[in-house]
Amino acid sequence: MNPNKKRLRRTMMFLNCQKPGLIKDPYIYKPDSIMLDLEDAVAEKEKDAARYSLYHALQEIDYRGVERVVRINGLDSEFWQEDIRAAVAGGADSIRIPKTESAEDVKMVEQAVRAAEEEFHIESGRTLIMAAIESAKGVMNCLDICEASERLFGIALSGGDYTKDLQTHITGTGVELMGARQHMIIAARAAGVQCFDTVYTDLDDMDGFRKDVETIHAMGFDGKSIINPRQISIVHDIYTPKEKDIIFAEKVVKEIDAKSALGIGVFTVDGKMIDIAFYDGAKRTIELAKASGVYKGDL
Amino acid sequence: MEILKPAAAGTLESSDAMVTVEPNDEGAGIEFDLDSVVIHQFGHQIRKVVMETLERLDVKDVKISVVDKGALDCTIKARVECAVYRANDQKSNLPWGGAIR
Repeated sequence: MNPNKKRLRRTMMFLNCQKPGLIKDPYIYKPDSIMLDLEDAVAEKEKDAARYSLYHALQEIDYRGVERVVRINGLDSEFWQEDIRAAVAGGADSIRIPKTESAEDVKMVEQAVRAAEEEFHIESGRTLIMAAIESAKGVMNCLDICEASERLFGIALSGGDYTKDLQTHITGTGVELMGARQHMIIAARAAGVQCFDTVYTDLDDMDGFRKDVETIHAMGFDGKSIINPRQISIVHDIYTPKEKDIIFAEKVVKEIDAKSALGIGVFTVDGKMIDIAFYDGAKRTIELAKASGVYKGDL
Repeated sequence: MEILKPAAAGTLESSDAMVTVEPNDEGAGIEFDLDSVVIHQFGHQIRKVVMETLERLDVKDVKISVVDKGALDCTIKARVECAVYRANDQKSNLPWGGAIR
């Protein structure tokens, strides 16, 4: 398995490849991933120009460990195959498929990615895939989509198009996204891949943004698509385990290891009943703390 | 590669460059014109990047104009390539990693 499949992806920042000023130094804001967009942000007559900029940015700019995901144009367009050739040749880490509605969509992109890796002598399997879910049909086919390719590391909700398809709109309450969010996170977990939430477009409402991130964090999402550097610190703050949670998780892991060796299955830690069911969650907290750079323990 | 028709790529926004190419007579070579906000510091480097890019694309006869607004080398290359391929009407099956690099 590609080791990057499970990397930390709390924030994915959208950047328009048509604008050199946007893609030259986004690493200074330290998002976990950047989403270099060839699709909706790029004007129809500038699709070719964005691709040359993308290729050279991937080749020549040191993004300092920030993951470089490329959003290609839709599979119903004339652009997506050349988008994949440019992105793979440039060395992109991942390809984001827009408007994914079926496992066949993922397989079609996987085939084009594999061909491009071969053509440009890129290590086979290096380029990962993620799928954006933007329609009711996509939501209903989520599990098939998640299981369609070994390269697929996750799925992401695209709220704008999804709500249009549902014949509603973004209300700010999240009620219109509730079903899709719940269905997607369940499908992603069942398939063992990551799940990402849609963008929050009201940059004047940072309190609303924080509440939105708290909601998706509680639901189990791995991270959120973002459109402005101001949103990064809020997401990272909510996703970074707090010190008391890390200490408790450490105790749980150590106690379960020690007690299971003694044949004890159920016991208490800080007054809370603990058994083996808590083990994976505690380990995840430690791993997230390590990935977030706040873990100082010895596990 | 031959410049079949006039074409342009880029914008006049900060960190970008506007590149325009036009056909030149056969054997006339490269006519280069540069306007840059940093011409005194980087004019020589911009010219070098443009000439190297045209050489890789095998463009021998062209009138090329660059209006630079503080673009990185990678942006200059991208804009020159885009203008040349537009002048040639080639939109797919591009030589990424070959003539484009």
